[in-house]
Amino acid sequence: MKSWMPFEWIAALRFLQEGRMQSLLIIVGVGVGVAVIVFMSALLSGLQANLVRRTLSSQAHIVLLPAEEVARPQVAGEGALNRVQKQAQRLRSIDQWQQLRARLEGWPEIAAVSPVASGPAFAVRGDASKAVTLLGIDPGRYNRVVDLAGRLAAGELRVGAGETVIGIELAKDLGAEVGDKLRLTGAEGQAETLTVTGLFDLGNKGVNARNVYVGLRTGQTLLDLVGGVSNIDLALHDLDEAEDVAQRIAAESGLIADSWIRTNAQFVTALTSQRVSSDVIRFFIALSVSFGIASVLVVSVVQRSKEIGILRAMGATQAQMRRIFLLQGGIVGFLGSLLGSALAWSFLMLWRMLARNPDGTPLFDIGVEPALVAIAAGGASVVGILAALLPARRAAGLDPVVAIRG
Amino acid sequence: MADPVLHLEGLRKRYGSADTEYEVLHGIDLRLERGEFAALIGPSGSGKSTLLNLIGLLDRPSAGRLVIDGAETATLDDTALTRLRGERIGFVFQHHHLIPAFTAEENVAMPLLIARGRPDAAMFERAGELLGRVGLADRRRQLANRLSGGQQQRVAIARALAMSPALVLADEPTGNLDTHSADEVFALLREVNRQLGTSFLIVTHDPRLAHRCDRIIELVDGRIVSDRANEVAAGRSPVQGSAEETE
Repeated sequence: MKSWMPFEWIAALRFLQEGRMQSLLIIVGVGVGVAVIVFMSALLSGLQANLVRRTLSSQAHIVLLPAEEVARPQVAGEGALNRVQKQAQRLRSIDQWQQLRARLEGWPEIAAVSPVASGPAFAVRGDASKAVTLLGIDPGRYNRVVDLAGRLAAGELRVGAGETVIGIELAKDLGAEVGDKLRLTGAEGQAETLTVTGLFDLGNKGVNARNVYVGLRTGQTLLDLVGGVSNIDLALHDLDEAEDVAQRIAAESGLIADSWIRTNAQFVTALTSQRVSSDVIRFFIALSVSFGIASVLVVSVVQRSKEIGILRAMGATQAQMRRIFLLQGGIVGFLGSLLGSALAWSFLMLWRMLARNPDGTPLFDIGVEPALVAIAAGGASVVGILAALLPARRAAGLDPVVAIRG
Repeated sequence: MADPVLHLEGLRKRYGSADTEYEVLHGIDLRLERGEFAALIGPSGSGKSTLLNLIGLLDRPSAGRLVIDGAETATLDDTALTRLRGERIGFVFQHHHLIPAFTAEENVAMPLLIARGRPDAAMFERAGELLGRVGLADRRRQLANRLSGGQQQRVAIARALAMSPALVLADEPTGNLDTHSADEVFALLREVNRQLGTSFLIVTHDPRLAHRCDRIIELVDGRIVSDRANEVAAGRSPVQGSAEETE
């Protein structure tokens, strides 16, 4: 007997120890349940993080655009019916974007600010001509929003005067390689011949075929936006705050602020429903685990009714009896969660070994985080105690006379 | 004179509700002094066990007064009754009723552990001493269910004494034992009574046993029909003798 242990703990542990087979089976049962929950959670968060990362690899978290131009009728009076035609939106610069950039850089939520001059253009090489999206960037800033330098397939990220970086799909379509020249023509007819310095692969075929990166100044010239930028791309420290931050920027600056959450609404909905359905599954696993614990403890109360009676005769109060059984539930839950976490960890190792890309790299990165194990352990203990509520009440309510005669 | 260990006045116990109600005990008056060694006899169904359960505070009377060691019990709630039971009353049951998951020593220390909440060296010292008294000093560390029937009953007696109770209630303490073990266990109860002055109320079917007690109380159909001193047993008047001893 450990001298620091209160009576209730001693009795709870001894009872579990004595009912060896029963205790073992229910702990394994809890363990399997916890293992599935932990494994599912780790897999899901790994999968989702991976999906989000891939989706955002070629996107800014928030894109700021100039407010739409609105047509206002000159004459508005009684009796006059006006039909206001919606105005076509021309490519415009964001007003005073340098000041805005400086201001946004001061926001603690914002990790990077990258002004971009972007618009439609044609890329021509020989007989081939492709419609592309021209992006005039400051590579140092842009890299912190979209990791272009890290996604180069060939060459280097250099967009000085007369230089451009294009996607691998466009390069294939135009038959261009690093060092080749191509001609870019803007919508207003400005044209420039540029040397391809690098090829990128952002993991998205459309982006690889469409985006053409040039220096900010070259972009401004080709798009007829001298001194201006068409949008400002932002990266945040916390992805989930994007919508919130976007709304605050929109309110403050009067610009349109599109967060990735809004621009990928369907994708985000898919992620959310995936999470909800896994929550439902996890809830029902926890429920069935708790019923398992409860049923084992109910049987144990019946089996031990004589001992409960004796303990009561020797001065154990109802509250003490209740605690003994609540503790057994908690201990079973806790031990089960440790077993379950170990099981989940082995499942994940197995998964890592088996689920691989054709090139042998892991499909995506997952692992059991210590926080998840701690939550599982705490959660399973609480579930165990809750499951023990009913059996504990029965144990406490047992009439000692009946129990002893038992 | 000191308070009696047990004082019953008009104690009644009824079971069932309104129409089907029946009374098992019809007004029991009884006084048990300190150091008394009394037998409670009677045919089965006479209410002996019911009376013992009431005195042991395991059940509540329907009417009447029940005073244990000077404490009125009518107004106490379940927790207070449990505490009083743990401190003042020791139980020895027919089927020894040890807790199999614990050793002999731990079983004996159990009432102390329950009362104090945490184990300490003193309670195991006390358990060892009591086990020595019942002749089981060498079995301290053995699990309760590894002991023979007679040994288990002796452990149960040691356990009943752990809290130094004023009164030990024994329900057929030798009913489950062979003659030899029964004699040993009875002798042990007697010895504890003489040496520690603990009062005993022993329910028994065995007339041989009853006649070795100082006082014989006979219960028939829920009434005490005879209550006499048994001069033969100890060669002294137990009621007066014990009263003097405690003063």
